[in-house]
Amino acid sequence: MFISNTEEEKKEMLKMIGVKSFEELVKQVPSKFLNPKFNLPDGLNEIEAYKKMKDLSEKNNALLSFVGGGVYERYTPAVVKHITQRTEFLTAYTPYQAEASQGILQTIYEYQSLMSELYGMDYSNASMYDGSTALAEAVKACVRISGKTKIIYSSIINPKYMDVVKTYFAGNKEYEFVSVPHKNGSVDLDKFNQLLDDKTACAVVSNPNYLGFIEDIEEFNKIAKSKNVLTVCMADPVSLAILKTPGEAGFDFAVGEGQSLGLPLSYGGPYLGIFTCKKQHLRQMPGRICGMTVDKDGKRGFTLTLQAREQHIRREKAPSNICSNQALCALSVTIYLTLLGKEGLKELALLNHNLAVYASKKLFEAGIKTKYDKPFFNEFAFDVENAESLRKNIACSKKIDIGITASELGEEFKNTVISAFTETKNEKEIDLYVSAIKEYSKSPAMKK
Amino acid sequence: MNKENLKYTKTHEWIGIEGDVAYIGVSDFAQSQMGDIVFVDLPKVGAKAEKEKQICVVESVKSAFDIYSPVNGEVIEVNSALSDNPALINQEPYGNGWICKMKISDKSQLDSLMDFKTYEEFVKTQAH
Amino acid sequence: MNDIQKFDTRLSVEKSKDGKRGVHFKRTIDDHSIDSKYLRKTEPKLPQMSEFDAVRHFTKLSKMNFSVDTHFYPLGSCTMKYNPKINEETSSMTGFASVHPLALTECAQGTLEIIYDMKTRLCELCGMDDATLWPVAGAHGEFTGVLVAKKHFEVKGELRDEIIVPDSAHGTNPATVTMAGFKTINIKSGADGRIDLNVLKQNLNSKTAVLMLTLPNTLGIFETHIEDIIKLCHDNGTLVYMDGANMNALIGLVKPGDFGVDIMHLNLHKTFSTPHGGGGPGSGAILVKKHLSDYLPVPIVVKKEGGFSVEENRPNTIGRIKAFFTNTAVLLRAYTYMIMHGPKEFKEISENAIINANYIKSKLNKYYPAYANEFCMHECVLTPSKELEEKGIKTLDIAKRLLDYGFHAPTVYFPLIVHEAIMIEPTETENKDTIDAFIETMIKIYEEGINNPETLKNAPHTMPVKRLDEVKAAREPNLRW
Repeated sequence: MFISNTEEEKKEMLKMIGVKSFEELVKQVPSKFLNPKFNLPDGLNEIEAYKKMKDLSEKNNALLSFVGGGVYERYTPAVVKHITQRTEFLTAYTPYQAEASQGILQTIYEYQSLMSELYGMDYSNASMYDGSTALAEAVKACVRISGKTKIIYSSIINPKYMDVVKTYFAGNKEYEFVSVPHKNGSVDLDKFNQLLDDKTACAVVSNPNYLGFIEDIEEFNKIAKSKNVLTVCMADPVSLAILKTPGEAGFDFAVGEGQSLGLPLSYGGPYLGIFTCKKQHLRQMPGRICGMTVDKDGKRGFTLTLQAREQHIRREKAPSNICSNQALCALSVTIYLTLLGKEGLKELALLNHNLAVYASKKLFEAGIKTKYDKPFFNEFAFDVENAESLRKNIACSKKIDIGITASELGEEFKNTVISAFTETKNEKEIDLYVSAIKEYSKSPAMKK
Repeated sequence: MNKENLKYTKTHEWIGIEGDVAYIGVSDFAQSQMGDIVFVDLPKVGAKAEKEKQICVVESVKSAFDIYSPVNGEVIEVNSALSDNPALINQEPYGNGWICKMKISDKSQLDSLMDFKTYEEFVKTQAH
Repeated sequence: MNDIQKFDTRLSVEKSKDGKRGVHFKRTIDDHSIDSKYLRKTEPKLPQMSEFDAVRHFTKLSKMNFSVDTHFYPLGSCTMKYNPKINEETSSMTGFASVHPLALTECAQGTLEIIYDMKTRLCELCGMDDATLWPVAGAHGEFTGVLVAKKHFEVKGELRDEIIVPDSAHGTNPATVTMAGFKTINIKSGADGRIDLNVLKQNLNSKTAVLMLTLPNTLGIFETHIEDIIKLCHDNGTLVYMDGANMNALIGLVKPGDFGVDIMHLNLHKTFSTPHGGGGPGSGAILVKKHLSDYLPVPIVVKKEGGFSVEENRPNTIGRIKAFFTNTAVLLRAYTYMIMHGPKEFKEISENAIINANYIKSKLNKYYPAYANEFCMHECVLTPSKELEEKGIKTLDIAKRLLDYGFHAPTVYFPLIVHEAIMIEPTETENKDTIDAFIETMIKIYEEGINNPETLKNAPHTMPVKRLDEVKAAREPNLRW
């Protein structure tokens, strides 16, 4: 289909190699296995393939969506799409040959700088697969550094993220995961203090938490540090334009899901795992890292560095087996943040926050309070009756998805809805959302 | 340290005794094979070392080398100058490039190590 | 044009000016009731640029790279084939791009249908029974696959904690083994670069959980005794994991499942043409035989009357390996590629990949002898000739000189078991003219190496920078502004 050589050229090449047919080249493969029957349809041409994909894409059904829970509907500026589609970026690979990859390397250096600035941390790597795997790697780093076995985490961190962390520890049964209960929608710091002991490797918190509320991360870190426990903060990057950074709060590691910075949702990805750390943990950072150096004439240049930590050198002793990064997503986020600048990012964060505040006020007028009286960023939780069927009913009749339920956190949250608000919505759409909830939560069907 | 008074391992570490304390480092041959050293992952003070077991890692740009303890003992001090200047191992493998100090638990283990002359002969069989 | 104009290497932040902005949002008042103890105290140092400034900045940077579309990119083991443009069109269709992973499944029927159908097609292509598309990279797939094996033995109540890895394996294999809590048993390859059956036999015991092998192996040759290898393993109760990174040599030609492979991964960004994006995102689907199906990671996409749905409840699953499904847009690209290929077109891939590699190997043999004295599969591993070594020419010098001539370098110094390895993978999409030009250049470089070795040792000469000081980069890490 995408072969460039003609049959004639192929023959010429075979002749040059010194064989009569292709079959002679693959004699090392036992012949009984060659050329099996494949039960597959014939290939389509480009128009047919386009049409098939178009039809499939139309089977998806986009609603007016207030779904959050870790990733959010965002606007991607046109520039971001155009630059990331430049084939010099798109069709290159990991910059192994630094001299022929200075452009990509510089964008990685800029990306690392932007993430370090945003999270207030010393260093960032060139990115991980996504937020959940970045969190898993951060917890693993803490375990390596401390040599301890207990992992304490907030019970109101995204449960899917903790699932992934636990899968990453599947190989090692001796590790113990202990969750800290919440108190009115944020980590119960007294209980947290009691749970810390000399077996504790690290303490993990999310800000904002899964329910959307803001945590006192400085206090969290202080308590952990008083017991010499390493700390990991999972933070939303957009919120950091206004909220206290993990760096300011003194965390050892800070990770995040970079999707918030203008990446499309695409039913799961590709997203971006942000991974940052304090200076003293640099050598425990997994994945690719780009550094600035000079060439033999003393001119500034960039190269992958600190590679002796990585799997291709350390093999079974490497801290992680990761060998790629989400380079194109990191590039996308780099362009995004360069376009916004510090002022634009702040404007975006405030817009998100203010829309969420607007929605909470409107819901309040309709008789629905946020689940806890706590500050939130752009997402909050509230209770309704029969949350799951309310969501489905409104989706079905009004083409509005009010957001996920928090039922994965347990029985207590069975009827808790989490709604998120971003720049993709305006007040009018929020009014529609509120009136739908008002209408349906009062409908007799809901009151049984 | 005078390299001629040191004892050597087949994995190219040296050990030098000063009173109750032993200094540990890597040989000149080892550092030349490693190339420019960029990082030393120093052992922890208080760590128990076991003969022929890894005590720390030395990194060059494209390689990492495990350093093995010549004898059983306990690490009592590490050469923190290597954190800022790992090149000391390249420059003075037998001097300021020492890696750690150890309290030895069994001095008789020293007998199994090579003296300088034997080690020099051994290195000749290693180089090609 | 002077260097500054051609290669403006200033960082965005060095071009930044207060008051400039690229994107504006609706202005809102900076008043909120969030307590100041929750607020950030210092501003992040982000660049301030106009939209056009930013476009110029990144467009210039794009020009300072080699890529598949602009340069021959024979990076061994990485399968840098042409990335069809239609993939970009289809994967970014609004219907696909805008669906939230936590949306109601009723709203994602199109994407779910693709995931389901793609699994079916991949299983047919590889002769396997079930698959998961969730791993987002080859290494992630390996990790998932090894956890599946771990679960298998756990459920059977067998204590096995060793995994055999040949010394020719990708570095990810042993790293994966450790991550999954197993011990790596390295075995030495035989003189022909293949697994030595006797060595394998000696290392198989009641603790051996898995044999991880790359097929074709990293020397570009096929394990001719694959049946014997697998029989030895199976007789010992050991599972066989195939690293399918090199599937471009086998696609449409054989089905790994027919050999008896239990678990394998595919790099969709290699064999199925999705762009490498400067280092990612990728996709590392794993395929298994029936007896391992229960252990695959959740969620599971199932087909029911009335449509596709997603199930979480699987008692023996290894768990979740990524929060939200996978790099779905990468799957969409690979799927587009798949539906454009029938059995005939798939076989053309491996056939042309193998012919191209052997053509290069046979034409360069005099100057850069091949490690293996036989035909190769989709890639060949060469070494600089003795004459070049005598002039002090290293593989690195050859790699850097190639850049001057407009070719991306092959993979170098891998596999580790080959001294000064040069690993060339032309892929099936490269045309003969370009391959001929590459061969001529390699010969020219050989001659330069003999007559004027300094030219090579100082290469590259024409890139934005000369050889970089990697020692400085590692000793004094400068990783941010």
